[in-house]
Amino acid sequence: MAEKSAGKKQSCARKSRKATTKKKKHYDVSFYHDWCKACGICMAFCPQKIIQADKNGKPGISEMDKCVGCRFCEIHCPDFAITVSDRKRNRRQNDV
Amino acid sequence: MPIPAQALRHKYLRHNKKFPHVWCPGCGNGIVMGALLRAIYRLDIDQDDVVLASGIGCSGRMPTYLDFNTLHTTHGRALTFATGIKLAKPELNVVAIMGDGDATAIGGNHFIHAARRNLNLTAIIINNSIYGMTGGQYSPTTPFGSKSTTSVYGHIEHAFSIAELAVTAGASFVSRATVYHADLIDRLIEQAMEKRGFAVVEVISNCHVQYGRRNKLGGAVDMLKRFKEQSITVNRAAQMSPEELEGKTTIGVLIDRDLPISTEEYKKVRQKAGTLKEKV
Repeated sequence: MAEKSAGKKQSCARKSRKATTKKKKHYDVSFYHDWCKACGICMAFCPQKIIQADKNGKPGISEMDKCVGCRFCEIHCPDFAITVSDRKRNRRQNDV
Repeated sequence: MPIPAQALRHKYLRHNKKFPHVWCPGCGNGIVMGALLRAIYRLDIDQDDVVLASGIGCSGRMPTYLDFNTLHTTHGRALTFATGIKLAKPELNVVAIMGDGDATAIGGNHFIHAARRNLNLTAIIINNSIYGMTGGQYSPTTPFGSKSTTSVYGHIEHAFSIAELAVTAGASFVSRATVYHADLIDRLIEQAMEKRGFAVVEVISNCHVQYGRRNKLGGAVDMLKRFKEQSITVNRAAQMSPEELEGKTTIGVLIDRDLPISTEEYKKVRQKAGTLKEKV
């Protein structure tokens, strides 16, 4: 009986450890530059301030892992040029 | 559950139209268009059951890009055509998209009488406080003292509030949002399309090219920031005094009431007169 309860405790501990080391969710933001007019709304209102302008004033992200997936840029883009999607695991290891 | 944006564009945007659209960089019309698409997607209405009618102006360009039954009509007459469609085919979801000049100046009478009749329509009014497409003349919603091409020394007339006009005229559902609150716009459009009766969604939008530039309000980003600072939800506004509300925009659902709908009342009349064979 005592052994059983000890076993239970252990599994509980394992579970809680799992909960604390939960993997951060990643997102991918893609910009369709052909439709973008470089209005700057996405850069100004990004809560993480990770969207930066390139030399044409069009947006780009260098630190994609910092995106929290709020989708502010997606729904406020007047030109439908931004898509935020959940990051999927690569099917093969050498996938780009 | 987020909406798949890419699928939405492939489904609802017309493929034979040239994108990017004609509106200026940062124009609020594009944000409203996105909100409308999300609302229709969430309501899960078939594309053939939606009719979009628009008048003239920047906002009038919107239905031309969208793959529904669309109608690009004469100036100020979007609601008139929409009324005709609704009377002929009451089962369709009719949405009239208008600008502020379109809805309240040229089509001002149509707007108040459509609200009074209480047809089962949805009216989306994009209010950018100016006639943008024709070159920046003042409109009925241009604020007092602001500059435009026809009021270079400051506007001498007072603006009126579209949403409050609709409440007084007798609309069933009246709401207001700004383009900064894009999530709120699509929730309001969703509610408005579900509502049985005349539903108005006023969207305060930015015209930084004609209005913002002349009044030194900055570009699209600065105007959106101003909307964020100026707007107050309906619940918070109810606790504030009129002095505190000076210069603020109330957003949210202003009124939601059930009133008899014109098309149904007309059916009853036809039944009484004996000209309608089917049962109501």
